[in-house]
Amino acid sequence: MSLPGIPVAIRRRYGPVARIVTIACGVIIAASAYLPWAYGSDALDNVTYVGGPSFIQFIALGMGLVLPALVVCSIRWPAGFGRTRVGWIRGARALATGLLIIFVVIAGAISVQLGGTININYGAWVGLAAALIGFVATRFLVQEGAPTVNRLKTPGWLSILAIAVVMLVMLFVAYYALDQSNPGTFVTFIVYTGVGVAVLLRTGALGWLTAATGAHRRVMLLAAFLVAFLFPFTQGGSDANMSIAAQVLVFAATAMGLNIVVGLAGLLDLGYIAFLGSGAFVAAMLSGTAMATFDVHPPFIVTMLLSGCVAATLGLVIGSPTLRVSGDYLAIITLAFGEIFRLSMNNLDGSDGPDLTHGSRGISDTGDLNLFGFDFGATHTIAGIEIGRFANYYFILLIWLAIVILIFSRLNNSRIGRGWVAIREDEKAAEAMGVNVFGLKLLAFASGAFLAGVAGSIKAHVDISVTPDSYVFLQSSFLLAAVVLGGMGTVLGVLIGATLLQLMPEKLRFVNEYRLMFFGLLLVVMMRFRPEGIIASERRQLEFHDEDEELAERLDDNLGPSTGAVAVEGASR
Amino acid sequence: MDRWVEMLEIKDLKVAYGRVRAVKGVSFTVEEGQIVCLLGTNGAGKTTTLKTISGLLRAESGEIWFDGRRIDAQPAHEIVGLGLAHSPEGRRIFPRLTVEDNLRLGAFARKDKAGIAKDLQRAYGLFPVLYERRAQPAGTFSGGEQQMLAIGRSLLSHPRLLMLDEPSMGLSPLMMQRIMTTIAELQQEGVTILLVEQNAQAALSLADYGYVLETGVITLENTGRALLSDERVRKAYLGED
Repeated sequence: MSLPGIPVAIRRRYGPVARIVTIACGVIIAASAYLPWAYGSDALDNVTYVGGPSFIQFIALGMGLVLPALVVCSIRWPAGFGRTRVGWIRGARALATGLLIIFVVIAGAISVQLGGTININYGAWVGLAAALIGFVATRFLVQEGAPTVNRLKTPGWLSILAIAVVMLVMLFVAYYALDQSNPGTFVTFIVYTGVGVAVLLRTGALGWLTAATGAHRRVMLLAAFLVAFLFPFTQGGSDANMSIAAQVLVFAATAMGLNIVVGLAGLLDLGYIAFLGSGAFVAAMLSGTAMATFDVHPPFIVTMLLSGCVAATLGLVIGSPTLRVSGDYLAIITLAFGEIFRLSMNNLDGSDGPDLTHGSRGISDTGDLNLFGFDFGATHTIAGIEIGRFANYYFILLIWLAIVILIFSRLNNSRIGRGWVAIREDEKAAEAMGVNVFGLKLLAFASGAFLAGVAGSIKAHVDISVTPDSYVFLQSSFLLAAVVLGGMGTVLGVLIGATLLQLMPEKLRFVNEYRLMFFGLLLVVMMRFRPEGIIASERRQLEFHDEDEELAERLDDNLGPSTGAVAVEGASR
Repeated sequence: MDRWVEMLEIKDLKVAYGRVRAVKGVSFTVEEGQIVCLLGTNGAGKTTTLKTISGLLRAESGEIWFDGRRIDAQPAHEIVGLGLAHSPEGRRIFPRLTVEDNLRLGAFARKDKAGIAKDLQRAYGLFPVLYERRAQPAGTFSGGEQQMLAIGRSLLSHPRLLMLDEPSMGLSPLMMQRIMTTIAELQQEGVTILLVEQNAQAALSLADYGYVLETGVITLENTGRALLSDERVRKAYLGED
């Protein structure tokens, strides 16, 4: 985020004062957690007590205390440990900005939920004021050079420990966020999470974490999968959250397929939902229920593959004439294809032509899956914990998502992946290098479609019914947004993007009518401040910030000390 | 060098962009082990000729023979696989990819891992600066370094014939000298080279044979040394009156 900076000379002069002010503000924010924030108990998770912080207040307390800690560390270790730099002041600035946003959100949430700013109690005002002063004060602190902690050598056990901690935190975040029925608490919690990640990023801790966990990739992936697998057991038999979680997984698996097309090969597909839809319809037609339009009921594994193949065939049919032309045409044609799909599904109702889909009513009963004698419709009890219908589907979706991620990363790191990136970067040069441009584009299109088709076949059973209206352009744009917001070409980014975009509407029912407005605003803000998405692949980052000195410096750092880095470091003393 | 074998033969090549014909019936040959230079001003059709040979453009008529095989109907990615590499005009490296990724893309048409690794070492040996900065994005390089990368990249397809389109463009005299030396080294290693240049002095002193292309037709051909002393060439391309 680039805001106009304050001249270094002024910063040097007022730096020491700003430090003291920042420390004080952090302490005041922490203390404000013990004061009442609202007059009514309905706002957030009841923040009306004196001396008894609620969970939301406790996090504010913790974050408030971290702020002085960062400033103190910056005095004690201006350049970090030895040659390794830690971005203490960067972190402090990010945290102060974050705290300001948090208190604005909290004040906003209290006002909305209780009806007016009058309901904000003095504790929240104190916190807001301290956050504002802290925000201004941190602008006067002299910044150090870009953090380089990611180059720190980390012992194996510490990396494993870090992985375990990260996983537990993620499990808790998912559990807590899903459990919130109060939209104010939900939003505040999400903002907290975002601020936490931003501080980790700016201090360089996230870089270290990435490097440390990257060294133990297998352990990391296994742990992540295990945690996700354990998630239904934290729900105590409740299926409400699991239904949302299952939808999130469908959405994420589909977005990951789109990520191949958009993120790797750089092809803009605006009708991707049609591939999900075609898979869902194939599965519904072959589901063997009274509503199914075909009298064949193959085993689900066959249906699944068939759904994928039908979607891939559609992809080839759309792709082969259009992938020869440049990007804009492809976008228009895929957009039209999405509409054609919806209209065809609406019209294949038997009035003229075959009755395949029962028209706009759709196939309203797909029945439950039954794999190897395991009935997905029934509630099972495992280790004393009830696992309901949606939890059953959650497990199969999780396995599918894992497969999709595996396929994605294998492709990404392969020769084919390199070819896709080359096409995205410079099609003509790629062709001169011997890259079969058309063939690879078609492969990206078809494999993306295949993955979506298979996801659709599972979705058909999760949703019970398949109607043309669930596969509309809006859904395509949401999928695309998940990829773009999360970070094109990355696995983690797209997972986060898909989760957020699917979770938000579920948890924020009150903004339902304004959903698209918020969504548009979010896109605009993101494109302004972080066009590479939440998680950036290194390549992408360079693409959007090729004039960013910090980034250039960091890349330079890979080669050893550079004069630029030394100069910045000197200025911070 | 007792017997020249024809490696590339162009017969009456005509290429058009829409209704504008850029190459109007060009014929020439490149023999194995030679450095052959195509000389000409802007718009003479040099780049178009190279693009057509490598399959990036389609010929209107005429024939292209490489290694006794007719290739004018083959797609670009297959032609690279035959051992004909093209280092395009303006270098066209992938600026956001690392040096190593750039080089590996040059080997895209190949699948022999051992051979690729060997050629990667060869490229690094030829241009040590590429090795030093192999993890860096190529866009941060100077023009000369980018040209080295472009040549290194085309070498990774292990070509028997390398087509270089204006490798000296925009380079300092020193860097240009470095590139020209490299081209001579490559010839020593047995790579046949088809060189397109505007810098006639440097190119012709290197070339075994040269052709002068003017507005889509070949107007002059001779050995490099003979062309260098040819009055017409000196007037038109070396700036002498």
